Amino acid sequence: MVAPKTGVLALQGDFAEHLSVLESLGYRSQMVRSCLDLDVVDALIIPGGESTTMLKLIDRYEMRDALVKRVQSGMPVFGTCAGAIVLADRVSDGERTLGVWELQVERNAYGRQAESFEADIPVDGLDEPVRGIFIRAPIITDAGRSTVMATWAGQAVLVRKENLLAATFHPELAGEHRIHRWFVENLCSRGE
Amino acid sequence: MAERGTARVKRGLAEMLKGGVIMDVTTAEEAGIAEEAGACAVMALERVPADIRRDGGVARMADPNKVSEIMAAVTIPVMAKARIGHVAEAQILQSLGVDFIDESEVLTPADESFHIDKWNFTVPFVCGATNLGEALRRIGEGAAMIRSKGEAGTGNVVEAVRHLRSITDEIRRLSVLPAEQLMTQAKSLGAPFDLVKEVAETGRLPVVLFCAGGVSTPADASLVLQLGAEGVFVGSGIFKSEDPARMARAVVEATTYYNDPDVLAKVSRGLGEPMRGVDLRDIPADKLLAPRGW
Repeated sequence: MVAPKTGVLALQGDFAEHLSVLESLGYRSQMVRSCLDLDVVDALIIPGGESTTMLKLIDRYEMRDALVKRVQSGMPVFGTCAGAIVLADRVSDGERTLGVWELQVERNAYGRQAESFEADIPVDGLDEPVRGIFIRAPIITDAGRSTVMATWAGQAVLVRKENLLAATFHPELAGEHRIHRWFVENLCSRGE
Repeated sequence: MAERGTARVKRGLAEMLKGGVIMDVTTAEEAGIAEEAGACAVMALERVPADIRRDGGVARMADPNKVSEIMAAVTIPVMAKARIGHVAEAQILQSLGVDFIDESEVLTPADESFHIDKWNFTVPFVCGATNLGEALRRIGEGAAMIRSKGEAGTGNVVEAVRHLRSITDEIRRLSVLPAEQLMTQAKSLGAPFDLVKEVAETGRLPVVLFCAGGVSTPADASLVLQLGAEGVFVGSGIFKSEDPARMARAVVEATTYYNDPDVLAKVSRGLGEPMRGVDLRDIPADKLLAPRGW
């Protein structure tokens, strides 16, 4: 079996950090900026950044339908922060997301940048906690039937459901590789 | 325990802005146009740099009402400018809750010897630089993001290119020097040794590098990204152009697709008149903004 190739949506945000985590783990990766790019990847990471900017570019470059179709047909996707918002189906301010995951999310829910923080986050299945970097982070206000893998102050911060994984923090900013490894090894080996 | 205002948290917000366009806005309406066009952040200002240049006099921090009005109008991060060395203006902006402070040469400097000690703040700072030494001095003082200065309010990208090239060339040079030469380099750059060593080892600044000062068309944005900028600030270029909404959108797309000439050609069509712009040689030396700060 050929190792899966993980794409990173590279419209705006910290896509380079995700690519460098994938690279240092020895996984095949590539930037995704168009439907053509999307066609050649087996999995996708939607990075941190500004969700409004990303969603506008997704629509202007006509990637919405292709993304929704791939996610619905089982492509593994990992969204961090803005990426989690892009996947969710209900967002506090009514932003038009991809809506592919039954998740309710409130944007910038901790407040503005002054409330951004870092903290040790225990994660199910990992021996040592993850250093979670939360930047103007969203809160998952209703995780529905998703599995909660980590919480902070009583709120779900790392959740999964079938082929989808979402974090409201940024493992890619903390030199943290374990969550990316978990994503590729557990969700990407299932095949579509 | 949650820790706020750490270097990682401050630099992290700059990481989130990468590949994006930060636009100068002077009203809630302009902020809305910028957000709708896909800006990743806005800079709340009383006047854009071209008008500051035209009007002369002392340029100060914007009225808090202006900043709050713009913060209320958009959900993307809002930045605001404080004068170089003006600790009190920065404290006021932090108290207003802005997401980033630009300690900016576009405003009239308040202190000709010292910049703000930015480690004392929870809010992150971006600072301008014309070369690597200046960038590392600002990072040493706590800046969480660097922008090449260019020459704001001119609509002329030539200084932005000069400063960006200067920074990236010096980084490249450091990365091939043997260890024993780094202290002498730190001395000649006038930069903290630890930061010089870090740049030599990693081949990049420890914070995000944007380009500012004269970027006014989609092609300008592409140019500076090709030269190593990780995103752009566009000041007068948007709202001094004939069709700001369209120009804003085109610059956003050119920033994402900076290495795709077909997209650049498409978004550059029929944008109307860009800002008029000035030749740098027509500006007397004492009216240049980039030499402010050190």
